[in-house]
Amino acid sequence: MKGGEAIIKALIEQGADTVFGYPGGQVLPLYDMIYNSDLNHVLVRHEQSASHAADGFARASGKVGVCIATSGPGATNLVTGIATAYMDSSPVVAITGQVPTHLIGNDAFQEVDMLGIAMPITKHAFQPKNSTNIPAIINSSFEIAKSGRPGPVVIDVPKNVQEQDLDDDIANLDSFSKLSFNTPGYNPTIKGNPRQVKKASKIIAKSSKPIILAGGGVIISGASKELKEFSELIQAPVTTTLLGKGSFPEDNDAYLGMLGMHGRKVANLSLDESDCLIAIGCRFSDRTTGNIADFARNSEVIHIDIDPAEIGKNVEVDVPIVGDAKNILNSLINNIKSLNINKINENSAEWYNDTLMFKKSCIPRVTYNETPLKPQQVIKEISNALDDDSIITTDVGQHQMWAAHFFNTMKPRKFISSGGLGTMGFGFPSAIGAKVAMPENDVLAVTGDGGFLMVCQDLATVKDYDIPLIICLFNNRKLGMVYQWQNLFYENRLSHTDLGQTPDFLKLSESFGVNAERITKVGETEKAIKAAKKDGEAILLDIVIDKDEELPMVPPGCGITDIIGEYKIENDITGISGGLSDTNDVIANKKDGD
Amino acid sequence: MDSNRKQNNELKSHVISTLVENKPGVLQKVSSLFTRRGFNIESITVGESETKGLAAMVIISKGDEKVLEQITKQLNKLIDVVKVVDLDPNNSVKRELALIKVKTNNEQSRSEIIQHANIFRGKIIDMGPSTLTIEITGDPNKINALISLLINFGIKKIVRTGPTAIARETIL
Repeated sequence: MKGGEAIIKALIEQGADTVFGYPGGQVLPLYDMIYNSDLNHVLVRHEQSASHAADGFARASGKVGVCIATSGPGATNLVTGIATAYMDSSPVVAITGQVPTHLIGNDAFQEVDMLGIAMPITKHAFQPKNSTNIPAIINSSFEIAKSGRPGPVVIDVPKNVQEQDLDDDIANLDSFSKLSFNTPGYNPTIKGNPRQVKKASKIIAKSSKPIILAGGGVIISGASKELKEFSELIQAPVTTTLLGKGSFPEDNDAYLGMLGMHGRKVANLSLDESDCLIAIGCRFSDRTTGNIADFARNSEVIHIDIDPAEIGKNVEVDVPIVGDAKNILNSLINNIKSLNINKINENSAEWYNDTLMFKKSCIPRVTYNETPLKPQQVIKEISNALDDDSIITTDVGQHQMWAAHFFNTMKPRKFISSGGLGTMGFGFPSAIGAKVAMPENDVLAVTGDGGFLMVCQDLATVKDYDIPLIICLFNNRKLGMVYQWQNLFYENRLSHTDLGQTPDFLKLSESFGVNAERITKVGETEKAIKAAKKDGEAILLDIVIDKDEELPMVPPGCGITDIIGEYKIENDITGISGGLSDTNDVIANKKDGD
Repeated sequence: MDSNRKQNNELKSHVISTLVENKPGVLQKVSSLFTRRGFNIESITVGESETKGLAAMVIISKGDEKVLEQITKQLNKLIDVVKVVDLDPNNSVKRELALIKVKTNNEQSRSEIIQHANIFRGKIIDMGPSTLTIEITGDPNKINALISLLINFGIKKIVRTGPTAIARETIL
């Protein structure tokens, strides 16, 4: 058995039946083996799409996503996707070709130091120098990628190692699955320290204004059920980070919306007022916290995370609990149940009710009738046309934030977005990966005209593999988010953010053989998506939106209560008598607190 | 509340003793972690450890409590890093090796240099018509003190390893 064959056998044994890749000189031996293998290989049209698709595959399914590229430029084209997966803790295994071992270091054709490049953007990187090590390396890579805090792993395989015969004793094994590397330095903590759990329970019990901040870690550990139970048990409202979206059902009364720079007013102001913050599986990114000095200034902070290095990195914490979110939430629930729960709920009842009332009074308006189309209305129509099991992926920019606000995500792994790295071009290829992973679910990519143009060549992949994606392209003829920042913070000096002559997306799409439709009126988006679902073919919807619509936001460097701009309020909901005056009281109280 | 979370912001020099896998690229990984996260490295020494396949890496770094906490946590996160210990300066010994090549202009200076070296328990390890090379180990301050004496004779070259350290056997 040769190295290339061993890669495929080990991948399949690890459950990776699908890979996203692009061949080239230094992976020729591997591709020659793929030719007749059972591996389902999806040929993308740019390596960047391979890594994003593998990431989308991983986030949608919870399995490890795999991508393959050749050495040099192939490997470097994967880098953006690998870094994206690293920032968002997504388990991706990237296999790259490398020049033969005797040429490494000689600046050979298409040689790049992939190990060196991978170092700061992966959980770990391997370079097998001998084909006999390949099975153990693949197994260890999967173990490292998915366990603890998940992350990408690179395996850089020299061409001659792909061609080299394995030692007979390994090659003749029926199964490789028991082979792995001894990694004495790697043993993630799963169970929370009982003393810390007890300490946290006590703080929660005596708090009168608790709030939960749920991050992507809740989704990764599959702790959504526990999160809901915990929130109900202690009567605490829940806010999420962008990546935590879907960890908590968003139609639940206790859900306040997303926190942070582009967060919901009710979430930002409530967190500021809370006296006990329970943060679960989040890393307190600057986009979530705003100015750290003003963050959770009235709260005792309990931080639950599987990565000890995240605790105390940005926000100083009163009670750190290292471990898996699901495990710790269960211990917390058990611990709190043993305390006087009636007393706990009595403590926080007023806060809970006030917060929910405040939330009702400031629900942003999503129903608009005008043309040009308002993005809020478009997202509403997308929501209407999809069910709870549908997956949406987004690019990065204004459309991402509109989707985060107005798309009601009811289940985990249904909202997929590039959070940490903020990667334009992520939305479309990650949707390809998500759809391949979850063919039974409807998958819809929300993208912008800027981001889509970075990866539009993969319409060919969609056509070639008959992947029935719905692409909703929010077309405002500019780089909306950057434009907004220039407008707000650079005296409206709009340097190179107007995309000017954008292509005719209908013709572009049709040239790839993918259906397309231009949407300009209210109601058309919903209708088109419903039709596309029935049709079962991919479609690109070029949705022409109001190019002047901007997002409320917290300016960089400010505290999260310093929101500029405001959403229009949904009138029919604020009609509740007394609601508004209560709200004004809440706001007035909050101002007094400043 | 805030007061509970106050930390000590005093900058201190720390001796971080680590056990890492003895493989190519690990030193680079550790040092690039320091660069990327903006931690400072005063010195770093590596050598084989008592365990086969593992190397002992001793890093001296300056920072406040929060920085030190991050350094240890981030180091621990590296899969090649097996163990990280912040050595207690009161309960560990720290030594550095230096080789110093000094000019010997005449017989008198030659004997003076040898005397200085003896006082500091240095060893003469090489001698030529116009230079002497001294080997000295000890606390970095001791080495500095010898260097400041030798500087008057004219120093041709100094190479220093940077300190390495080990915890004392715990005294009960």
